[in-house]
Amino acid sequence: MTSSATDPDAFTGATPDNALRDADRAEGPMLAADGTPLKKSLMRALRREKMRALMLIAPLLIFILVSFIAPIIDMLFRSVENQIVSETLPRTVIALDDWDYESGELPDEAVYRALAYDLVAAEAEKRHTRLGSRLNYETTGISSLFRRSGRDIDDVGEVYADQFIALNEAWEEPAFWVGLMASETWIEDQAEWAARAADEENFDRAEPRFRLRDGVAEVLPQTASAYSEFARITQVEDEDSPTEEEPWFPVYMALYHDLIDNPDAAGAYGGQMAEVLGAAAEAAPGFESQDIRQTFLDIEEGWGDLEVWGTIEAFSNPYTAGYFLASVDLQLTPAGIEAKPDNESIYILLFERTLFMSLVIMGSCILLGYPIAYLLSTLPLRVSNVLLILVLLPFWTSLLVRTSAWKVLLQQQGVINDILVWLGLVADNERLVMINNQFGTIVAMTHILLPFMILPLYSVMKTIPPTYVRAAKSLGATNWTAFWRVYFPQSVPGIGAGSILVFILAIGYYITPELVGGTTGTFISNRIAYHISSSLNWGLAAALGTILLVVVLVLYWVYDKIVGIDNVSLG
Amino acid sequence: MASSENGGAFVAFDRVQKSYDGETLVVKDLNLSISKGEFLTMLGPSGSGKTTCLMMLAGFETATHGDILLDGKPINNIPPHKRGIGMVFQNYALFPHMTVAENLAFPLEVRKIGKSEREKKVKRALDMVQMGDFGGRRPAQLSGGQQQRIALSRALVFEPELVLMDEPLGALDKQLREHMQFEITNLAHQLGITTVYVTHDQTEALTMSDRVAVFDDGRIQQLDAPDTLYEQPKNSFVAQFIGENNTLHGKVEEMKGDTAMVRLDNGEVIETVPVNVKNVGDRTLISIRPERVEIDKGRLSPDAHTLKAEVMEFIYMGDIYRTRLKVAGRDDFIIKTRNAPDQRRLKPGEMIDIGWRPQDCRALDA
Repeated sequence: MTSSATDPDAFTGATPDNALRDADRAEGPMLAADGTPLKKSLMRALRREKMRALMLIAPLLIFILVSFIAPIIDMLFRSVENQIVSETLPRTVIALDDWDYESGELPDEAVYRALAYDLVAAEAEKRHTRLGSRLNYETTGISSLFRRSGRDIDDVGEVYADQFIALNEAWEEPAFWVGLMASETWIEDQAEWAARAADEENFDRAEPRFRLRDGVAEVLPQTASAYSEFARITQVEDEDSPTEEEPWFPVYMALYHDLIDNPDAAGAYGGQMAEVLGAAAEAAPGFESQDIRQTFLDIEEGWGDLEVWGTIEAFSNPYTAGYFLASVDLQLTPAGIEAKPDNESIYILLFERTLFMSLVIMGSCILLGYPIAYLLSTLPLRVSNVLLILVLLPFWTSLLVRTSAWKVLLQQQGVINDILVWLGLVADNERLVMINNQFGTIVAMTHILLPFMILPLYSVMKTIPPTYVRAAKSLGATNWTAFWRVYFPQSVPGIGAGSILVFILAIGYYITPELVGGTTGTFISNRIAYHISSSLNWGLAAALGTILLVVVLVLYWVYDKIVGIDNVSLG
Repeated sequence: MASSENGGAFVAFDRVQKSYDGETLVVKDLNLSISKGEFLTMLGPSGSGKTTCLMMLAGFETATHGDILLDGKPINNIPPHKRGIGMVFQNYALFPHMTVAENLAFPLEVRKIGKSEREKKVKRALDMVQMGDFGGRRPAQLSGGQQQRIALSRALVFEPELVLMDEPLGALDKQLREHMQFEITNLAHQLGITTVYVTHDQTEALTMSDRVAVFDDGRIQQLDAPDTLYEQPKNSFVAQFIGENNTLHGKVEEMKGDTAMVRLDNGEVIETVPVNVKNVGDRTLISIRPERVEIDKGRLSPDAHTLKAEVMEFIYMGDIYRTRLKVAGRDDFIIKTRNAPDQRRLKPGEMIDIGWRPQDCRALDA
């Protein structure tokens, strides 16, 4: 037994060793020398390092987030976003709640009246055509229905305007309407603004925004809503003042219905306004009313089409699965989800073709790239470096140039056909069709993506020592067995990495299929590009893109499950 | 050696040459015969051609000239997988994607041996190296020594008559290496297999082999049993390469039968055994092993010649004392003395007399 001073197991004082012993005895969490839990202590020690790492990547991270991730998320969001219907036709959408497509009857008068308010406002803001094109994706013909209705919609409610004005000239006065509808403070602000605008030369402040009179929304709800919309659009769109503009006809219609609903509305006012309003309320029940539904049917027969209303109702939600359904050749009809007619089904076919051709391209890249990578890895470094430059050479030429070169080579009057004809292998009138079809796309894309297969293969093969194959041979394996049982399994990670790379690049390829693919060799990405730049159906493009992204992620996940992503090596 | 002598040999190299670039010979005129059951080590510095010889024997390199015979038949044109030679590689070359048992089963599988037979042999081979419980592991889960055993048993599992080993212990630490040396030689003798072992570690060569071929510059410099090799080196390369060696430079003064009188560079004349000096007046390099030098006059014969030496440095090494002396104008003369209770510990600056038996003092080529 040694003294406690020299015994290495002596247990005195707060040393790190003693802290460890303490922790052992306590059977609790491991403690650091100062008694804090070791985990916490370690975290604190590593925090600085983590912060430093974060600072180093911060510029790139922010750049990527702002310029790449955020726009992509926004774009993907468009695949379900559908606010345009509920924003353009807010009243109609609410009114349609009570209507059922299955009933087989047209919506009632209230819905048409709501449509009149919405459509007049939308027409004033030129939004109705956009809505028309949106709904046209779902039911053909709606676009022209909206466009043509826009011209005549202004007249809806004219009957009421005429009758109000006939009753009292005041109803024609913008100022009278302002007095009836606007808040008193706004009237004062507006008057002050008008005075300054008239006096001062360089006065460029906009007119104060219209504000509704307190309580008018309770007394004359429809009128308040219609008038404030009129005032807003007049101010914003036309840069005019409500004080100088006669309201739209639907405002009169709204007033008529408000007065029918609430004949005592005048009670909220005093003086001349109460008098005029009271008189109008008294006369209103005797007014000639207008059948708005009939008016719409007169303007455009389409408004009598059950399908149109069904479509509006089906897409009245601010979010829709419609784009995704369209992406898989289904459609959301008023009666539910249905398959698209065969002659319009193209997306499933395109997805299948994209996957199939990507697999073929991946396969041919493996077949062509494997022997080359093997050769590169076995040659002396000096020679293999030169060959590697040859492999990389295509990277230094423009993608467009390479694809165009394939056009020159593969076309019917192209180099390859000319040689075949010259050799007598192919008759002049039977030249091979090698471009603008799947064959052309596969050939050109295999060529373009080949380096992405060779490089990971090469870097993996480089790490396989030649002694393994030698060992196999010394153990009695033939050349083939040594390759297949020993070399090949060790090169699988390279094949995996190359395949993922090539497949994912191929599945989203656009330029090459566009140039050499014709009609049978195009990919889903060509369709996405078409919807982004030509048909402007961004929602559908976003849905197709989302599906493509999900497919890639699912394949990646499956690959991880089967091969294991740890087995993928880029060198 | 003439080829007629190779008649009874199991493995024979007959006038073998090898060149990689067509300009220089890596192996120059190699003649070597190995008898059945022999443990032969090829020892030499790197670049001496020993590994090339092994690779030619295994079939991974082809001889530029000459024949290699296995059991009397030339094997120059037989591919490696048909030679039936077991081989242990420097870094073991265990297949990383197979388990230990699969690694061992591989040579049996390619020989189309049935499953039950295979399993029996694998088990026996694993037990042979005391690794019976490790069949299910992957090579990466084993330590260096364990991998070494597996590589050994894999080379033996298909019962080859000849096993080649290319510096198999190079990656192990000293203690493990010594242990494995013992195990390998034991196993080789037990199974009666012929072993050709390549190493650049001379201790390994001396402790393991029946015979050692010392390679330098593409030639075998000496081929002998370890003790002969150590005690009677045939030239100065072997003397320097095997073990520690003291050299003194001088000129042959007189040849008297089996002794030669040599005048050292400082003028003293000593008696030596002439090994490859023939003529009076030849420059010579005298070799004396450090442990054969006596500092105690009582242990030498009375008429023994002694030299004056100055102690330069004394190094305590545990089992022995290693002392550096200045002798005949050279200060790199080493002597080793056993750490015994009565042994003197020399002090730097001390002047002593040293001597040796004449037969331990060999005059070699300069």
